[in-house]
Amino acid sequence: MRPVARAHPLWVAYIVHRLSGVALALFLPLHFWVLAMAVSAPQKLDGFLQLTEAGIVKLAEFGLVFLLAVHMFGGLRLMAMEWLPWTPGQKTLAASAAAVSFLIACLFFIRAI
Amino acid sequence: MTLIGQALEYVAGMTSDILKVTIARGAGAGAATTPETFEVPAYENQTVLDVVSWVQQNADPTLSYRFACRVGMCGSCAMMVNGVPRWTCRTHISKVLDGSSVEIAPLRNLPVIKDLVVDMDPFFDKWVAAEGVHHSALTRHDPIAPIDEDSAARVEANAGIECINCSVCYAACDTVAGNADYLGPAALQRAWTLLNDAKDEGRAAILEAVSDKGGCHNCHSIGSCTAYCPNELDPMSAIAGLKRETAKSFFRKAR
Repeated sequence: MRPVARAHPLWVAYIVHRLSGVALALFLPLHFWVLAMAVSAPQKLDGFLQLTEAGIVKLAEFGLVFLLAVHMFGGLRLMAMEWLPWTPGQKTLAASAAAVSFLIACLFFIRAI
Repeated sequence: MTLIGQALEYVAGMTSDILKVTIARGAGAGAATTPETFEVPAYENQTVLDVVSWVQQNADPTLSYRFACRVGMCGSCAMMVNGVPRWTCRTHISKVLDGSSVEIAPLRNLPVIKDLVVDMDPFFDKWVAAEGVHHSALTRHDPIAPIDEDSAARVEANAGIECINCSVCYAACDTVAGNADYLGPAALQRAWTLLNDAKDEGRAAILEAVSDKGGCHNCHSIGSCTAYCPNELDPMSAIAGLKRETAKSFFRKAR
């Protein structure tokens, strides 16, 4: 028999938030380990930082920023949903306003760089 | 087929299509479930419940399933249809067909008694455990309490009163699947309705019950309850309301 169907938008938002959280939790120890090199082994750190010039690492950085953004907005969504007794319409308006502001800010950012 | 045959079929509102209907069969209580496929004639107007009834009446009389009103009032015919919990009496088969086949299974998260029949006891026990019962402070000699239909609390209470106890939300909930103690969306929505009901005097008992081990704070706001509720109710928001009220009462106590 087929598995339970779940692919509705709220479930997708839930799973993206959780999976990005797990991925960030896995990244953090690595992050601290590299930062700790600044104190324990500065030459090793410099060698490691040269790696960040590589294309694949740049791509991974994009992934990291994406995870952070997705997790942050997922958390804000959850807090708004659970703690603000707004009507669904009000929440949609607030989310659209945030999305439009974010888009405009991104456009300015892209022009700036 | 002759012209007369075609005409007869047309009159009967029937096409020559055959539906492949796979039903999860099982003797219940720990017994293995085996899928069994039936060929059911397709009709122009046919609900999922009609299909299950056709199988029981024409193919295998030992098939067990539940229904009563057939008009979406009683909440007894819910089943998993292609992995989605649905009220089968109000679900047209054409809306859920995958090609010409469909899979029908008993509701998730509840023990199976036999075939498509589940034991609803855990569902209703949790309803009571969430204090989903009337708490009265008045007697029959008191005047009827006046209710302001437009008050914010009454609007909140009204939002949840059309629940038919079908357990679709309970079957849809991944939190129930992972935590057997969790009271579930229907019971918690009932608690939220009573909390907002000016005629109910059980505020303290309700807040206590819904902030206990299996209470509202287990909810991850996955939203399957709201997405699949056949009456388009919003248990997820009701549970969010309980989260706010229990948190407020917690901080008030702490002061």
